Amino acid sequence: MTEPNIPVTEDELHAYIDNELPVERRGAVETWLAAHPEDAERVRSWRAMAEALHARYDTVADEPVPQRLEIERLARPQRRVLYGAIAATLAAFIAGGATGWLAHGVSAKPSSLQAFTLDALEAHRLYVVEVRHPVEVAGSERAHLQQWLSRRVGYTIKAPELDGSGLKLVGGRLLPGPQAPAAFLMYESPTGERFTLYTSRAAAPTTQMRYVTRASDGALYWSDRGVGYVLSGPDDDKNRLEQVARAVYDQTEKSGG
Amino acid sequence: MNTFRDSVEAMIPALRRYARALTRDADIADDLVQDTLVRALRSKRLFLGGDLRSWLYTILTNLNRNRRRSLARKPSFAPLQDATAGASGTEAEGRDIARALATLVDDQRAVLLLVTLEGLSYREIADIQGVPIGTVMSRLARARAHMKAALEGERPALRRVK
Repeated sequence: MTEPNIPVTEDELHAYIDNELPVERRGAVETWLAAHPEDAERVRSWRAMAEALHARYDTVADEPVPQRLEIERLARPQRRVLYGAIAATLAAFIAGGATGWLAHGVSAKPSSLQAFTLDALEAHRLYVVEVRHPVEVAGSERAHLQQWLSRRVGYTIKAPELDGSGLKLVGGRLLPGPQAPAAFLMYESPTGERFTLYTSRAAAPTTQMRYVTRASDGALYWSDRGVGYVLSGPDDDKNRLEQVARAVYDQTEKSGG
Repeated sequence: MNTFRDSVEAMIPALRRYARALTRDADIADDLVQDTLVRALRSKRLFLGGDLRSWLYTILTNLNRNRRRSLARKPSFAPLQDATAGASGTEAEGRDIARALATLVDDQRAVLLLVTLEGLSYREIADIQGVPIGTVMSRLARARAHMKAALEGERPALRRVK
């Protein structure tokens, strides 16, 4: 129904150019604009604004999608899994029979612990690049951080001292884990090299340490009496990763799972 | 079988465009898109039908709000890298529009972009922002008025000269 006598509101002018106006009011708005040049000018400027926004930003949508946003990459972040020599050397210092899983080799289907590890690697990749907000609670509040995380994950979290490896605690945050909340601790060297420790309750009872690498990140993961640990860091120096993981392992073992 | 993932993938270019306009920083924008995609893929089970596009914009909007909130106490700096000499007319206009966008408060900027750039309905935006539709309309009106003033202020040549 056309009711040209009802005054046109500013909301209707917006709705008019955004195609939100009920059809029966279009005529009234057009009549109004013909009679009110200032409103016509406003509407024209809004349209020009929309065109300028498209001119400026549509090119972004036309760009090729950067590699890091490729859906395949994000959906299946696990690039390559190396079960190999490093695990064998690690097995030497980890208690427990290490030969069992080696027999399975690469054909072993991903365990829940591996899925757990991929979550940890994802968290690692997400937060190590974060300059301003890598953590929720800073390492300077270590006691508070440990108390808070312990309460949320349901077992004692004691941030390992990694000064011996040249790493200082940046801090930590709470993350959703596969089965239960996960505690996430970040360490940093004076050169800015970052390692993270991700720990949460895991279905796996106790396993030996294993190694996984993806893109430029490496991780050593293990579980101890129903608690899983993943230590992630740069992939370029496996000995260093192993050294840090060993320091973490020694301390978490003492503090108990 | 992978229709969900395909649908998400099809939205990446538009999400990048929206994020870039929202943040006006290519790296922050792609970080936001990446976090959005990771969350979407991870929360697939939480997505029960409905409009995937709105859902993705909702995730991105919330992530950006969190990001802004955490930055709230820090001073913000306008990007300077756009100040290149000899830009063409179109580039100059692009700079103007980006600067004008920067003057808007977050919620208004988001509404303006979702309406004009992404073509979402007022109703969809009300759902994304979790506000009544009237709030969306008043944010839109304020955003347009503010942008208009900012754009006109950007071009002193067109102003009255005494």
